[in-house]
Amino acid sequence: MHRYTTDMYEGMLAETTTVQGFNGDIINAYFARPLGPGPFPGVVVIHHMPGWDELYREMTRKFAHHGYLAFSPNIYYRFGHGSPDDVAAKVRASGGVADDSVLGDTEGSVRFLKSLPQSNEKIGVFGTCSSGRQAFLAACRLKGFDAAVDCWGGGVVMSKEELTSKRPVAPIDYTEDLSCPLLGLFGEEDQNPTPQHVHLLEEELKKYGKNYEFHMYPKAGHGFFYYDRPLYRQEQAVDGWKKLFAFFEKYLRPSS
Amino acid sequence: MCTGIVETTEVKGSGKGPSGWFKLEEVNVSYDHPTDAPLEHALNIDFVNEKMGPGARVAVELSPESARKLVDAILTALSRGEDLSKN
Repeated sequence: MHRYTTDMYEGMLAETTTVQGFNGDIINAYFARPLGPGPFPGVVVIHHMPGWDELYREMTRKFAHHGYLAFSPNIYYRFGHGSPDDVAAKVRASGGVADDSVLGDTEGSVRFLKSLPQSNEKIGVFGTCSSGRQAFLAACRLKGFDAAVDCWGGGVVMSKEELTSKRPVAPIDYTEDLSCPLLGLFGEEDQNPTPQHVHLLEEELKKYGKNYEFHMYPKAGHGFFYYDRPLYRQEQAVDGWKKLFAFFEKYLRPSS
Repeated sequence: MCTGIVETTEVKGSGKGPSGWFKLEEVNVSYDHPTDAPLEHALNIDFVNEKMGPGARVAVELSPESARKLVDAILTALSRGEDLSKN
């Protein structure tokens, strides 16, 4: 476990930058990294449906504080610029961002992280809500991940009626292709994913012999990490972060 | 949960945003996570002009009960106005 003590040096650099994403587009991204030569593991931090917002800036820095090269691409880049909630409203009105676009931006982020001299070449992917779904999808459809964390990703299980041109395949249908260990954190009061959705995904993971670890929290619903929302659940959130970092440490920093 | 529930229609009129009045072209009505209202889900109404960029938006986030009251109030005001026009 990467632990900080009061007598050690700690430094971090966090800034916006750019990366080549889907379709070769240059998009902007937020990159937070610990100072020093490393080697450090990397994490692609895919932002949630409410946007590339302050919360995700904080989460990205949290990963850097724990010793990760944390990279959060702006997957809404192509919808224009403005306040995160204005851009998110535009994305919401247009039916969300296309899965292929998110995958392209995520793939570019992985490429960038692996190219860094201080990388230990281990890469994780993290997401919550819509980006929990996208993190799972990326871990199935892209190569190069060593661990994936899906926090209450809704829409992994989709009915035929829910499929759209932007989301043409339910992520659960790619489970066979999952290429790295998966951690899932869920709330039993969530309506999307419901405990039944989580059960269906778990059955699929078992069917294909995948390495996964799921935790279903009682008295929690959707988004229980979000300290600025009524959905926040302190006890479950603290435990969830502990499990998340233990998981990433195990698979992304195995020699420590 | 992320519902993805959104209904869109064209509108004619004006809205007042942070930069003043602007021409409205569309309204997007969704039932999903609000950004600011302390609710798990809200009825979100975004009056926008897409040609002017994401910032051309007048937004409200209402509880479902409030949204229904708003619908009733709009319909009542419209009805009263249309009755006046007939006389």
